Amino acid sequence: MDQDRRTFLGQTGKLLILTASAAVAWEHVLAGRPEEAPNYKVSDHWWGMAIDIEKCIGCGTCVRACKTENNVPLEAFTFRTWIERYVVDPADLDHPRVESPNGGYDGFHEREVRDPSLKMFFVPKLCNHCAHSPCVQVCPVGATFESQDGVVLVDKKYCLGCRYCVQACPYGCRFIDPRTHTVDKCSLCYHRITKGLTTACCETCPTGARVLANLKDPKDPIHAFLREHKVQVLKPQMATGSKMYYNGLDGSVR
Amino acid sequence: MKPRASDYVHLVRMAGLFVVGITAFVVLRWLMVPADFGVLGHYRAGAVTDNMQPPLVYAGQAACVECHADVAELRAKGRHVQVACESCHGALAAHASNPDGQKPVRPDPRKTCISCHSANISKPKSFPQVVPEEHAPEGSCAACHVVHNPKIS
Amino acid sequence: MPGVEGFIYPNELELQWSVLIVLYPFITGLVAGAFILASLERVFNVQAVKPTYRLALLTALAFLLVAPLPLQLHLGHPERSLEMYLTPHTQSAMAMFGFVYLWYLMVVLVLEIWLDYRRDIVLKWRASTGLSKLLYGAMALWSDNISESALRLDDRIGRALTVIGIPSAFLLHGYVGFIFGSIKANPWWSTPLMPIVFLFSAIVSGIACILLLYFATCWFRRVPVNMPCVDTIAKYLYYAFLVDFSLEMLDLIHRLYESDESFRALDFMVKTRLFTSQIVVQILLGTLVPLVLLGLAQLYTFRERARRVLYVLAGSLTLMGIFAMRWNVVIGGQLFSKSFLGYTTYKMEFATREGLLPAIVLMILPFVILWVLIRLLPPWGHDEGRRGGTRAQV
Repeated sequence: MDQDRRTFLGQTGKLLILTASAAVAWEHVLAGRPEEAPNYKVSDHWWGMAIDIEKCIGCGTCVRACKTENNVPLEAFTFRTWIERYVVDPADLDHPRVESPNGGYDGFHEREVRDPSLKMFFVPKLCNHCAHSPCVQVCPVGATFESQDGVVLVDKKYCLGCRYCVQACPYGCRFIDPRTHTVDKCSLCYHRITKGLTTACCETCPTGARVLANLKDPKDPIHAFLREHKVQVLKPQMATGSKMYYNGLDGSVR
Repeated sequence: MKPRASDYVHLVRMAGLFVVGITAFVVLRWLMVPADFGVLGHYRAGAVTDNMQPPLVYAGQAACVECHADVAELRAKGRHVQVACESCHGALAAHASNPDGQKPVRPDPRKTCISCHSANISKPKSFPQVVPEEHAPEGSCAACHVVHNPKIS
Repeated sequence: MPGVEGFIYPNELELQWSVLIVLYPFITGLVAGAFILASLERVFNVQAVKPTYRLALLTALAFLLVAPLPLQLHLGHPERSLEMYLTPHTQSAMAMFGFVYLWYLMVVLVLEIWLDYRRDIVLKWRASTGLSKLLYGAMALWSDNISESALRLDDRIGRALTVIGIPSAFLLHGYVGFIFGSIKANPWWSTPLMPIVFLFSAIVSGIACILLLYFATCWFRRVPVNMPCVDTIAKYLYYAFLVDFSLEMLDLIHRLYESDESFRALDFMVKTRLFTSQIVVQILLGTLVPLVLLGLAQLYTFRERARRVLYVLAGSLTLMGIFAMRWNVVIGGQLFSKSFLGYTTYKMEFATREGLLPAIVLMILPFVILWVLIRLLPPWGHDEGRRGGTRAQV
């Protein structure tokens, strides 16, 4: 009799513990499965962007759209995306004259001296969502990371505001949000792209100079873009694995 | 003179303090580290879902076409086919989810059209651009151009 | 835009790391340097510097206790700083440094000071009353054993700790150098020499600090300065400085020679925005003048009074120069744009969280703590108490 009771208690105990552990484990698993967001499969995506310098007109619509969509502070001089105007004298390629008035938020005024011998163009910039990101590498606590679909994101609830990542980014795309005292940067409109929409900047770009790309999708126009254009990434010597591919990026671009 | 057992007492006590400290650290870690930390990588898995939470402010072209199919048809034939509705009309997710309650403001051509089409030597040469003071110094661009299909042939 | 010259990326307008982050490597540098000086006596048996042994350890402890404070003031969310210990990112130098700091504080400094002072602590425990008695009892861990064999045991362990402590001190400040040196995005910082330059400048600053503190404490106590002691310290300061200077010159010559894409922008920055702090304060007044003064003291034997003046002057200029070096690295590294086409300015405020006032308070605080430590655990009178000398009251 005692043996049976012991066995029974043992079995029940085991069952309870296993169920409890399984429940905990399942919570764990669910927490780590953001693809519970309807219809979005993380493993089907590897995000990047195609940026065509030859099409950019420097209108600044993308800068305004980004600030609107992502609630980026307007007064502080901080930008998730911005536009730079390059004025390059072909006789002096090492010293381009560059400007970005209010990040290009209000567009660019016509130049006073209109010298047609100079080479001029606009370069939209944003977080490069590097595959080998130096900012992710230096974060001391894991508050910034590259998601499994290739987007470098910030965990605002975990960030200490130590600013090490801001120092480590070669592209200057990170900043401190003065309202939350944490780091902020382009999130590739993660809240949009995981719902089948495109980023705010790509949506509103009137010339199609910025186009969101899913490198894992064989039908995505990025593949033709990469094949048919001479593409470049910013600061390739840093080997950051940038996924923002520029067509028409002049050598003078910093 | 070899050290006796009693000579080690203070060292043992100090070692004990270290053990207490390390144990406290382990317990603290178990209590404080979020459960979903480290599941996907060295970060809080919840941060991925956090980044999915912000509300949509721009609706996206598809949402506009659902109701305004006639405009979409008109645009499809013109040079502005690649310009999203919200490029000129601004962020419209509020309107898309509450069409009658949230009516958007019609864009002012002298601001909106000019922001792209004002001549600037830095813009690509192939892009249609005019000097606003010379082209039509006053009045609305819409007076001559059908904004959704702007080319005047 | 005010304070901006040329083109900077829009997000680079304001500096990320303020004077508090300049203070941090300066303080940890003093810790490492003070410890190295102490280890000269303990491990390498340079008997002449014994009068400064305990003072150096207490100074190192006082500064190390203050070291996290500038960081806490700088963080956007200091209440989350424990995350660095709970979920450290092993690829991040900053995270791993938290553990190096903890190791150094607990195992190297606290243990070593405790073992060295234990006899005095127990004696004070026996002799005091009331709150003092409670305090000293706790510090003794309520163990009353100061027999010959126990003290010899302490001595052996203490010596082992100092031996471990030397590479730990190297690691402590070398790591801080690596925190900067590993940032490939910033050419002013990114060099394999950075940890070594930081380390040797730390040694220089620590030795100079102890030298000055020794003069100060002798003056307060109205006792004569032990000249062989300060002569030896000055000699080691000179040698360390020679190495430090050579390393910094090597970095400079390398940059000038290779002249890579960043060179022009950096060169311009040094000649304009960083001219006073780098050329005048760090190199001329903070390195060359002390080197000449200390070098002359090695070549000629000046009169005692002249030597004292010379050492105090050289030591003070050295400390100023090493602080300037930290300033030039941290602030200088943020004054130029990563586009290499422009510069911004550092607007240091006064009475804000990261302003000059907290920086001044944080620099005074270690001396206050040191004063308390000296009162609790006097570094003198029992110089010889540990090994040899008065062993009457066992």
